[in-house]
This record gives sequence, structure tokens and C-alpha cells, in this order.
Amino acid sequence: MATIKETVADPRLQLAIYSATQRLIDHRAGAVGFKVFPEYQDLRTLAHDIKKHTIEHLDYYLEQLEANVVAHGGQVIFCEDAEQVTDFVLNLAKQRNARLIVKSKSMTTEEIHFNERLEHHQLEAVETDLGEYILQLAHQRPYHIVAPALHLTRYDVADIFTKSLGVKKEVVIEEQTKIARSVLRDKFLQADIGVTGANFLVADSGAVVVVENEGNARLSSSAPKIHIAVAGIEKLIPRAQDLAVFLNLLGRSATGQPLTVYTSFLSGPRREGEVDGPDEFYLILLDNGRTKLLADPDKRQSLYCIRCGACLNHCPVYRKIGGHNYPWVYSGPIGAIITPQFHGVSKDPWLPFASSLCGACAEVCPVKIEIPKLLLKLRAEVVEAKQREGAGGLERLAFRMFSWMMTHPRVYLMLACIGSALAPITPKIGPLRKWTSQRSLPPLASTSFHKWWAERSSK
Amino acid sequence: MVGREVQQVTPREAILGKIRTELGRAAGQHPAPLAAPALRIPLSDRNLYKDLFVQSFEKLGGKAIIARNTSYVLPALSTLLEGKRVVASNAPFLRSCGITDLPQVQSGFTDRELLREACAAADIGITSADYALAATGTFVMLASPREARLISLLPPTHIAVIPRSRMLASLDELLSILPKPAEQTSSMVLITGPSRTADIEQILVRGVHGPGEIHAVIVEES
Ligand code: SF4
Repeated sequence: MATIKETVADPRLQLAIYSATQRLIDHRAGAVGFKVFPEYQDLRTLAHDIKKHTIEHLDYYLEQLEANVVAHGGQVIFCEDAEQVTDFVLNLAKQRNARLIVKSKSMTTEEIHFNERLEHHQLEAVETDLGEYILQLAHQRPYHIVAPALHLTRYDVADIFTKSLGVKKEVVIEEQTKIARSVLRDKFLQADIGVTGANFLVADSGAVVVVENEGNARLSSSAPKIHIAVAGIEKLIPRAQDLAVFLNLLGRSATGQPLTVYTSFLSGPRREGEVDGPDEFYLILLDNGRTKLLADPDKRQSLYCIRCGACLNHCPVYRKIGGHNYPWVYSGPIGAIITPQFHGVSKDPWLPFASSLCGACAEVCPVKIEIPKLLLKLRAEVVEAKQREGAGGLERLAFRMFSWMMTHPRVYLMLACIGSALAPITPKIGPLRKWTSQRSLPPLASTSFHKWWAERSSK
Repeated sequence: MVGREVQQVTPREAILGKIRTELGRAAGQHPAPLAAPALRIPLSDRNLYKDLFVQSFEKLGGKAIIARNTSYVLPALSTLLEGKRVVASNAPFLRSCGITDLPQVQSGFTDRELLREACAAADIGITSADYALAATGTFVMLASPREARLISLLPPTHIAVIPRSRMLASLDELLSILPKPAEQTSSMVLITGPSRTADIEQILVRGVHGPGEIHAVIVEES
């Protein structure tokens, strides 16, 4: 996979990232403007408040959810980590003599390397979202939380299909889609188990809500006899009626759609008289480090995220370095705030600094997570941790300089400007030129971060 | 770690315990009250819903047909259904429209496997819908003995025949009528346009896994 340097130096890849994110930016802009959607800002505030309330009473709503899933004939399995998830699925597969699993797109299962873990036990798990399927064939992880194969062109896809499926080279996107459809259709009809993620867990209904455009999540949850939904414990909302807030925000923020093509509201196995649907329904509730994010009232905001991807699209750093250069499956600004909290700040100390603090992420976030504020908090923690570890003198100095520069965006911008202006005529400027050649000036948010920060802090 | 813990804590207890410790909450402690749900239902003229639905639906790439009453439905669909393998749901409204009487239409399925086979081989799936949402051009389908899940999903074309009286303004109105859909069904699906993807180069392609073609027949008087 391309490093930061390679990504930045690859014009084809730069164009792919830039144009795809620009399209998503434009689609969103067309769907949230005051003329088309005057309620937008009010709904963001509501969404933030509902998420805040839910996370602050998470244990209560989890128990309510569990009771309601059980009342509708489903089972709830709490899992602390990836291993417990795999153990449960393997056990069930063994008992039911299952061989083939169809999967719809789910970042939570990406997070725990679900497919690889099952493969080690001769259980085939096939991704069925087109983008995810392509990536599975190419052995890559998602580049973007909403558009997983954003970095690939039709020519890349043609090569991947030829190599993995043995089909003749096909570069027409419609035809490529047909190839995937027909291969995956057989899988859907043969699969023993369907696994989906969940965009929302509805406590008062014991329901899992899945949004998608392709129909693969519907097929995964309806065709096989067993449906397993895997979700992080933070996906809760209290009431089905709260969906009016969240569904109105999610599709618009992600792809500019007022509603995605399919929204499935699923609760338990098929009921008496229903003609089709699964006989068994399991909801896996995964912690995997989420409870570590609860203690700090500011940082727990990271758990409000509804994974719309808007902050990635609008982030000048993401748009430059792409998704694979973030250390974990969650990339962009949301990745930069959750990864250090899940894995510890010392593991990838640079991550909270990979932001120009331009504030665009906070401005577009549908649940109003104060991403820049959290980045600053995490930066302070990184510095603290480094000091505790007693990093070597020189390293510490360099590190301080770096953090100082990154927290003084004007200096940073100035250096970046001077650097790029001088670069063509003064090759001797060496290190600085190298530094600036990988940076472009972030577009400015309509409220500057400084102003936003001042307003926030004075509240 | 040395040996096994003497007291086995289940993952459930461990997770709930951690949450309570971090949040400083006690087991069973009720939350502070939450503001009433915000449902925005416009007080617009119900007569406008049909036109609004057609507009939203066609913008998504769907094709809408208006039938004056049930007797106009078959003639309106005849060219579309000619020579095709069709599966129809058990919705009584489809029977009232005469759809289930057509020779090429299979209907009345109660067995999951038979239904699945028929849907996998069919060119067209016909259903009714429990509601239609005008603002977004959406069909709302609740799984029941009348409506199966796969008829609107496996065949490459989906037709929904809906009495005009089932039109609602929006998602918000739906949720005000059905505050807890799970009490009625294991599966409520909102269908907003044909199946689509933009996963390769952000180019829109219709009909990935679900139907690439969808039609709405709105019956004015029923
Ligand atoms: S942090 Fe906000 S903008 Fe970013 S993915 Fe999550 S919900 Fe979307």
C-alpha cells in the first residue's frame, strides 16, 4: 500500500482522492443548504443532544435494548473483544454446520478483522458491498468509511477481477458491476449465515437499523436462515422516533441523499406467518475498547459518531494522504481522534497532529463532535506521555518544535507558503522543501477555527 | 496474568460494569428524562402528496403510473408484464387489481424455499406497500403474511401498486403513525429508488444487488 510519500507523489491517486471527495462534498452541500433543508442546523443540535444523553446512560439503554431484542425472539451477545466475537460465530457455525457467510459493509467487523479470523477456521466470509468485495479480492482495507474503494479506478478493478475471478478484462463499470452481481447472487442464495453491521440500535424497539444503497444488507439479513448483526455498543439511540433526526442527517451528510435507497429496521427472526426472513437473529454488542472512551466528558463525544464520512471528505490532510496512511481502519479526523483513544496515545503519537485544525470537520459533523478540541486535548496527552517516557533530549526538542508549529497554524501556513514559493528556485533548502512538497494549503472553513474555539470556550 | 480469576465475570457484566464505573452510575439507575421526539409533520394538503411523490420518485429514476381505480391497473401494466415471469405478493390489494389472475403471475406463496426459488428466477416482483412517503419517493414495506421480503429484492424489476390513501408526507409522519414498528413486524424496509452503487469511481450504476428498475402504480380510488 502506498506510503504518504508515494500517495502524495502519485498524480493519478491524488486525482482519484481529490475528485471522489469533491463529489461527496458537492452532494452533501446540495442536500443540507438552508433552501432545501432548513431544519438542518436544528437537527444537528438535537442529534448531538440525543447522543450525549444516550452515551451518558449507556448501560441503561443497553439493557433496554437487550430486553426488547429478547422479547422479539432474538439473542444478544456482549463481546469484549474480537476473540469473543469470533468464538461465538465459530461455535454457532459449527453447531449449524455452516460453511458460507455473506457479509454486508460494516466498519465494526473491519475493526476486528472478522473475515481473516474466520478464514483461519475454514469458514468463508464474503463481502457483498461492491466496494468491499473488490477490496476483499485485492486484500486491502477500506480507504474511506463510506466509499471503501475510493482510491481505485475501473482499470484497477479490471485487473483485480481478471486476477481473482479469471474473467476477461472488463473496463466498463456497468459490466464490472454485473460480474460482481452474478458472482455474489449465488453466494447470497447459498449462504448459511448473513452478517450485517448496524447504523443504529434502537433501544425502545430492540431493533437494528441498517442503511445502504445496493441491497446487499437486505439480502444478507433476509436470504440466509441466520442473521447476525455486529455493532459497537455506542450505536444506540433511545427511540425509534429519534430516527427522524438521525436518518435525515446520515444520508445527506454521507452522500447527499435525503434517504439512502434501503433503510432496514430489523427486530428478531421472522415471526409467525411471515413468509421469509431468518429463523435465528443474533445481535453482537462489541466493546473492543469503547468503554475506555467514556470517562472524559469531552472525549466521550467521539462515541457520538454516526460514520457519515463527511469529516474525511472535508479534511485537507485526508484529501492529501488518503485513507491507508492512517494507522487503523478509521481514517480522517474521526480516525485521528478515536485511534489514539483505543490504542493509547503513545502508539501513533503523530496522529493527533495530522490536522491543520482548520475546523472544517467540526463544521460538517452531523452530530457536532468538537473534533478540533479533542485533537488538541489528545495532543496535550501525547506530549505528556512523551515527557513521562522521558524521550531522548533531541527527540523531545524536535517533538516540541513540531507540536508548537502545528499548534500555531499561522506559522505553519507561512512556512508552507514560503517553502513552496521558494522550492523551485532554491533546491538547497532541502529539508523544508521536502516538507512543503507534501503539503497543500487547507481550504479555510467559513468560520475560522480560532473564532469557533473562542466562542466555544467562552460558553 | 497468573491463572484464572476465581470468580468468572461474564462479558456482559464486565462491559456493563465498566460503563457504570466510567460514568459513575449505579445498576438500574434511570436516566434523566429526554425531550419528546422531534417529529416535523407539515400541515400541507394531502391532495398534494401524490404529485410530490411522483416528482420525488421519478427524480430517483423510478417510473410512476397513475390509475384512476383498480380496473385501470392491469391495462396500465400489460406491456410491462407481457411474456415475463412474475412473482406477486399475497397483498389482497393486488388481487383486487386482478394481478394475481394473470397466467404469468405466481402468487400465494407461504413456503420460504419455494418463494425464494420463484423470486430468484423471476423477471418482475410485484408488491403493494404499507405506506408511501411523498417527500422522498419512498415505499414502506412491513414483512407480514401479505408481504414477503424477497419479492421486492431478488427480481431485477420491482413494481409496487399502492392505493393513494396510503400516502404520507414523510419519514416523520411515518414514525408518528408507527412509533414502534418492531411491535408489528420483524422487518420494516424503506425503499427509496432503485438499487444503486457509486463504488467504482463514484459513477452511478443502478441494479447492483436489488432491482435496477422500479415502478409505482398509484391507484386514485380504491
Ligand atoms: S465524526 Fe462526525 S463527520 Fe466524521 S464520520 Fe463521524 S459523524 Fe461523520
